[in-house]
Amino acid sequence: MTLVLEPRHRDAMRRHGEADYPREACGLIGGTAEDGRKIAVSLVPLRNARTDALRNRYLIDPDAFRRAQDTLERDGLEVIGVYHSHPDHPPVPSAFDRDHAWPWLSYVIVEVRGGRAGEHKSWVLADDRGAFGEETIWQSRS
Amino acid sequence: MAVTILIPTPLRPFVDGRGVLQLEATSVGELLERLTVEHDALRPHLFADDGRLRSFVNVYVNDRDIRQLSQKETPVRPGDTVSIVPSIAGGTAVATELPKLSHEEILRYSRHLILPQVGPAGQRKLKAARVLLVGAGGLGSPAALYLAAAGVGTLGLVDFDVVDKTNLQRQILHGTSKIGTSKLESAKERIHDINPNVRTETFETRLTSENALAILREFDVVADGTDNFPTRYLVNDACVLLGKPNVYGSIFRFEGQASVFYAKEGPCYRCLYAEPPPPGLVPSCAEGGVLGVLPGIIGSIQALEALKLILGAGESLIGRLLLFDALRLQFRELRLEKDPACPVCGGNPTVTELIDYEAFCGIGAAPAYAGPEISASQLAAEWKRNSALVVVDVREPHEREIAHIEGTTLIPLSELPGRLGELDGHAEIVTHCHHGVRSMKALEILRAAGFGKVRSLQGGIDAWSVTVDPDVPRY
Repeated sequence: MTLVLEPRHRDAMRRHGEADYPREACGLIGGTAEDGRKIAVSLVPLRNARTDALRNRYLIDPDAFRRAQDTLERDGLEVIGVYHSHPDHPPVPSAFDRDHAWPWLSYVIVEVRGGRAGEHKSWVLADDRGAFGEETIWQSRS
Repeated sequence: MAVTILIPTPLRPFVDGRGVLQLEATSVGELLERLTVEHDALRPHLFADDGRLRSFVNVYVNDRDIRQLSQKETPVRPGDTVSIVPSIAGGTAVATELPKLSHEEILRYSRHLILPQVGPAGQRKLKAARVLLVGAGGLGSPAALYLAAAGVGTLGLVDFDVVDKTNLQRQILHGTSKIGTSKLESAKERIHDINPNVRTETFETRLTSENALAILREFDVVADGTDNFPTRYLVNDACVLLGKPNVYGSIFRFEGQASVFYAKEGPCYRCLYAEPPPPGLVPSCAEGGVLGVLPGIIGSIQALEALKLILGAGESLIGRLLLFDALRLQFRELRLEKDPACPVCGGNPTVTELIDYEAFCGIGAAPAYAGPEISASQLAAEWKRNSALVVVDVREPHEREIAHIEGTTLIPLSELPGRLGELDGHAEIVTHCHHGVRSMKALEILRAAGFGKVRSLQGGIDAWSVTVDPDVPRY
């Protein structure tokens, strides 16, 4: 699969990561899936629901997921991915990320170092849950 | 008719791309078993190796989480809808390292850095810390100033007031030039002037049962500088529910109290005061007065305790109530025990979510002293028509020295029951005080004694000064 992102999505994820630094920012990516591509249409920034360890953990609780999913569905969209920030860490999934991951969804990680967004990468869990594989991000022009 | 199962997008590739399935089953456990027998590749995503549902897999039967029902034993009937809903978690591998100190910060905090109990490691803990001050008033002022100067990385402030001239006698965060502006704007400017490294997060709102958890959740330590009982119970309960330490302070006239309520390690505010006092019994600082230095001392103790909690240094005030008497210059200390029957932090809590604290404290429901009131302008008009009207000032003599309304009779509230004989039982009487609280109590006393035509001046002498006679000074 390839994830198709518009520049405005990339910028919004970076800004969210910077705004919430040094806490982890998180949100959902809504879009459509077709012909082996997931095409991002809108982002749903969410509040990190962790009550502790906000700097190195994030949590999107099921109620927030459901609300976001319902909103997206009204626009004919579905949840195609998740984004979160890694404050002062490279944009590579941790073992914790893998243990808690859902298959198929794109996991976009934005590195935020010292309050400035750096690199971002997208990852997808293998169907056997064994590993996260890096996913190609295709930057659309529109 | 079968049970409908809603499959979230990430799992659809494992059920032939479908979002809705129909299966026959009598319980959630049976339903999931059938689902994974038919679609084997789904199993590792729903169940851990020990066969238990993974922690991030949530199952709802008709919008109710099975964790609140009977888990996998939850029965399902034909026509029910079962939804599988993801929660999504993750994060960096190890606890993020504490933020580093810049050269400017090393110089700025040099007197901290040479203390072994703080040192560079402690200073970096302070930089990473997030402290919330509820109230940017008398107690919040010194607390905010010292916490900012000490290098606490993020200070949250909750307040919805504007700076008023009567604040300046004690609220040293605000200056004369800020009268009429928002306390939060004034506080932010002062804090950033003291230490531009501090991030401020301001919440210009009244703290309520609706917003308290969301606001407090984001902070490591909460300092309660509020002046009313509903908010004090609200802050306490929210801290207990979120597992946060609540650094408490309160002041009245010449006396103050401080403690740290941290239910994980000791008692909470409700262990000390299970019930609020009846409304009106304990006067506020606006009614009773307060020596300006007093919040400086108690608020500074709150700042100190917040810093100690962050640093893990010394012995905190957890389980101890500090009592301060400014006139005697005396500190006393009471040991506090955790109440095993405490309704919020005890073994079987009955308060498991935030409640209506105004109602809990008896405010709004039925005022303790109800009676007919008269507005200042109405009183002025009636008094002009009827010079036989008796207006009784129930304040203390020292208050009358500050300001009084010409033609009123002074009978302090405390002396009223013994001086009823001085009043004519047939006359129309209006009682008045500073803001209209004590005059209601006076009205109650007079009515109980058989006086029929009594009213209380709404808003007290303050309202009189604002709407009738500006020559009477406000205080």
